Amino acid sequence: MKALRVAVGIAAAVAWSLPVLAASDPPPGAASCSGCHSPGATGTSSISRLYGRDAGDIVTAMAGFRDGSLPATVMNRIAKGFSDDESRAIAAWLAAQK
Amino acid sequence: MGISHRMSRREFCGAGAATATALTFPLAFPLPAFAQSSARVVVIGGGFGGASCARALWQIDPKLQVTLVEPNRTFTSCPFSNNVIAGLRSIEKQQFGYDKIAASGVTVVPQAATTINATARTVGLADGTSLAYDRLVLSPGVDLRFDALQGYDEAAAAKMPHAWKAGEQTLLLRKQLEAMDDGGLVVIAAPANPFRCPPGPYERACLIAHYLKTKKPRSKLLILDAKDTFSKQRLFQNAWKELYPGMIEWISLSQGGKVNAVDPATNTLITDFGNHTAQVANVIPPQQAGRIAEIAGATDKTGWCAIDPVTFESRSAPNIHVIGDACLAGAMPKSAFSANAQAKACASAIATLISGGSPAAPKLINTCYSLAAPDYGISVAGVYQPKNGLLADVEGAGGVSPADAPRDFRVREADYAQSWFATITAEVFG
Repeated sequence: MKALRVAVGIAAAVAWSLPVLAASDPPPGAASCSGCHSPGATGTSSISRLYGRDAGDIVTAMAGFRDGSLPATVMNRIAKGFSDDESRAIAAWLAAQK
Repeated sequence: MGISHRMSRREFCGAGAATATALTFPLAFPLPAFAQSSARVVVIGGGFGGASCARALWQIDPKLQVTLVEPNRTFTSCPFSNNVIAGLRSIEKQQFGYDKIAASGVTVVPQAATTINATARTVGLADGTSLAYDRLVLSPGVDLRFDALQGYDEAAAAKMPHAWKAGEQTLLLRKQLEAMDDGGLVVIAAPANPFRCPPGPYERACLIAHYLKTKKPRSKLLILDAKDTFSKQRLFQNAWKELYPGMIEWISLSQGGKVNAVDPATNTLITDFGNHTAQVANVIPPQQAGRIAEIAGATDKTGWCAIDPVTFESRSAPNIHVIGDACLAGAMPKSAFSANAQAKACASAIATLISGGSPAAPKLINTCYSLAAPDYGISVAGVYQPKNGLLADVEGAGGVSPADAPRDFRVREADYAQSWFATITAEVFG
């Protein structure tokens, strides 16, 4: 009985802490994206949604914005502020968001 | 949780006791979630910074007790309010309520915060009650300095609107422009740095000129500036020439543009080099952090709030964080986008601090769109990170829209400006 209580306690603690970690852990820069890129349905927005997008696509786009091979209005200026590693971390986090 | 719910004195003392117990034996509980569960964060100011921060805190950890203190039931957005002044948009499209925020689990208290006891960690409210906090976030925006320009006080603002806080003032300036005869002179007085929305006065000049060109084409617009350079300057000046030739004149500081005094009785703006009498005078005075920041002991001699660039904690008031226009954010401009980005970084840092961790250095983005005409957008962007105790530009990133871009580029940026507004207001208030 005591063991069960402990197990339930641990399970509850894990269940409790998981969403906290998922939500509180955006890598540096990632939380700023939703200023323009809607986390929800984009509705009338012309700016693409990034949550749930393929991480590889985001990394490729960021690299293209950075080296100028992908035309952009503002993302070229923003992408230059992030390294490949940072872009990968941001992309992985965005891809994991629902 | 609801808009009007507020803990009674007894209730919050009880909550305080629970926290004290948790904090007395932190090592007895290996799970940081326990300490988080009873931590109280109070956010003062329900604009782009404060409302974003309250929401982000609750999203990061729904067990946090997050309270948003904001006396106004309706928020009126400054971004896009220049469109209202130009008759391109209704004020209703600028207005947002707090119902969704309250429904999401944040306690919204429709009161003004009047006092802060940083030792006892309590916020006193206008109705005489108080709120206890473990961490306090101040996002009070700006106060207009009615002591800075001789003759420009609150009464003068009813004659010579600033329209730098959206709402009645926005509508007053709109009404004056509508009432003005064709051939009238509109004067905008722009302040020295730093101030809320650095490109704002120049976007306003564009959109007012758009209205004048359409309805009152013999009119002129004069900008009297307390600066020699301004945000997106070349782009704005090119747009003035291209879209409103001969209509807008800019007088810089060194050309005698600084307004030292005003006379509301005659609608006159007084500079070292002469007087300008306007049919419509839009006086944007110098600004400082909202008053509650000073009450909290978070302002320095500049009237703004120095902060730690990782946590946004005040340099002078422990456990009090300052975000948005009120803080000195280094290279980051005082914009709604900045406030929203800072709010989310600050919320992460607070959640980490409450759970006993060390917040990681954030990286922040700002993007500000301005409209030179409804279908002519320009932007400035930046990426920022902590460096030498300040938020500094990441070198090689950021900058303004290209000067030689084709017109369809400006059309797209105007479209993105609209999309940005829809997205950010949905994230903050929707």
